[in-house]
Amino acid sequence: MASHAIEVKNLYKIFGPRGRDFVDQVKAGLGKTELNEKHGHVLGLQDINISMPAGGVMVVMGLSGSGKSTLIRHINRLIDPTAGEVLYDGVDVCKMNENDLREFRRHKTAMVFQKFALLPHRTIIENTVYGLEIQGVPMEESRKRAQGWIERVGLKGFENHYPNQLSGGMQQRVGLARALTNDADILLMDEAYSALDPLIRVDMQTVLLDLQKELKKTVVFITHDLDEALRLGDKIAILRDGKVIQQGTGQEIVLKPADEYITAFVKEVNRGRVINVETIMKPLSGNPEGVPVTVGTVLESAARLMTLANQTIAHVVDANGRPVGSLDLRTLISAMVTPIGHELQAA
Amino acid sequence: MAICSYLPDLLCKFPAIDDTTIRMARKSVDDGFKALVREYVNIIDALVQPLQWFLNYLEKLFVSSPWIIILAVMVAIVYYGSRDMRITIGTIVSMLLIGFVGLWNDTMVTLAMVTVCTFIAIIVGLPIGILMARSERAQSIINPILDVMQTMPSFVYLIPVVMIFGIGKVPGLIAVVIYAVPPMIRLTNLGIRLVDKEVLEAADAFGSSPWQRLKNVQMPLALPTIMAGINQTIMMSLAMVVVASMVGVGGLGRNVLQAINNQFFTVGFFNGFALVAIAIIFDRTSQAYGKRLQKHSEVIHG
Repeated sequence: MASHAIEVKNLYKIFGPRGRDFVDQVKAGLGKTELNEKHGHVLGLQDINISMPAGGVMVVMGLSGSGKSTLIRHINRLIDPTAGEVLYDGVDVCKMNENDLREFRRHKTAMVFQKFALLPHRTIIENTVYGLEIQGVPMEESRKRAQGWIERVGLKGFENHYPNQLSGGMQQRVGLARALTNDADILLMDEAYSALDPLIRVDMQTVLLDLQKELKKTVVFITHDLDEALRLGDKIAILRDGKVIQQGTGQEIVLKPADEYITAFVKEVNRGRVINVETIMKPLSGNPEGVPVTVGTVLESAARLMTLANQTIAHVVDANGRPVGSLDLRTLISAMVTPIGHELQAA
Repeated sequence: MAICSYLPDLLCKFPAIDDTTIRMARKSVDDGFKALVREYVNIIDALVQPLQWFLNYLEKLFVSSPWIIILAVMVAIVYYGSRDMRITIGTIVSMLLIGFVGLWNDTMVTLAMVTVCTFIAIIVGLPIGILMARSERAQSIINPILDVMQTMPSFVYLIPVVMIFGIGKVPGLIAVVIYAVPPMIRLTNLGIRLVDKEVLEAADAFGSSPWQRLKNVQMPLALPTIMAGINQTIMMSLAMVVVASMVGVGGLGRNVLQAINNQFFTVGFFNGFALVAIAIIFDRTSQAYGKRLQKHSEVIHG
């Protein structure tokens, strides 16, 4: 089944009883603090325009209070927008009636939650079939499908345990299995890994990336961790105070941070593991020299290849082995360390 | 009153409505109520008739069955409910003692009464509790009514109950239910409201209908609290059957009433203790059962 892109257009969310009355004022430039002090309404999101790639991982990043969890809840309309559209396959989710919305949630979306939100009185397998049970799929079939996903996320043998008997990491695997069993196009992950400790988090990221290679779902992933965002995201949007301040690929964000706020974030990133060789390579002059490095290799791996081969020069080749550019160790290293300008700006 | 000589009369002596007016008002309200009851006596009788049948049937079943069968069934229920040998043995010992002092039949009558009352309180209380949990408006209307039901002295609402239904078991039953249903309603409401918001959100995100949400998430997660409500309801009906004996409910309560009237100290205490024994059996069993329902919340690791 082909996944579709999600288009978020001019989305505004103002929390409060008369939110709708203030949309025009906010559009005209009324700020968040002002709105709160003068009118007692909270500006959750303003003028969000994001096009989420079909079959790709869209990461929305921001610190707490930036509106990222509010944004993801607009996609399956757990929160109603004040203004704007969320388009999926040409249909505005925000205009669906109750029945259509329920069908949309049942068949098109699945969600993973920060605090897992499993049903404590149900066993792992009973939790995993929840989505299918709601849809009215016969018990036997849904159990069979759920069993497959339980095994895929590495929980074989725990089917009849209760959630409380599992560790946090394992509970989130159940959360993931429950969402995948639903077999929906859209996978919404609301800070799904934020409550896990670092090693398990990396582990779960790998699980997701492996699954995504074959599933090609449209994933919307919320996080406050830039490393996680860069590792998972085909596209990243950074949110602050309910506004998108930059969106683009990880490379674009690391290399060209839009403002000081993002620069401060990017400073801490291990650039060697984010930036690809083709981003910094120079045009080929003369014959290709040194070790061949494939397009898409990150700088750190390229440096390792060159060090192992005891060479200071390399050339970049595309997937078919055709040389497309050249690279030397000096450029490589200077791209890996944080530029001086960033250090000064952040300080 | 020295101070009254300086004050106008109005501020010194409370300006009560005069006796004649009060009497008139009282009479018209009472007469109106009686007339209303007389008007609808057939409908009321028809409505409560099933209760009468149910109660009579259960009472007859309890009283006429051989004691050994009743005891066996009780022990089975207590054991499967609680899975606790101590509670089970306690039940056997206290029921045997009740039998030895000659209160077996009266205890059965009371047991039948409490069973029916609890049953009705659950049937009535559960939907009202659910309604309260779903709507703020319902909650703000029902809460003060429950406050009145719980604080109004039970003797007072025996009056309209007797006026409407007369003397007998059914009016007693209704009085007991009125007294015992508030905790059921309150704790159902509380239990549903305390259900984790995240889990509810998850249920919504997967597209649950309101009924699926209630059935799969809210009720099961509220069940321990609801069980506490049922437990309270049972305890309160046991307390109320004594008062209800004033309007013609038989069993242990009537014995207590007679003991009060005749100053039969020993009889009073025997019957009192029989009630206590039943109460403890019900309480321990339902609590142990409630705890077993929460087996899943045991944390093994993590």
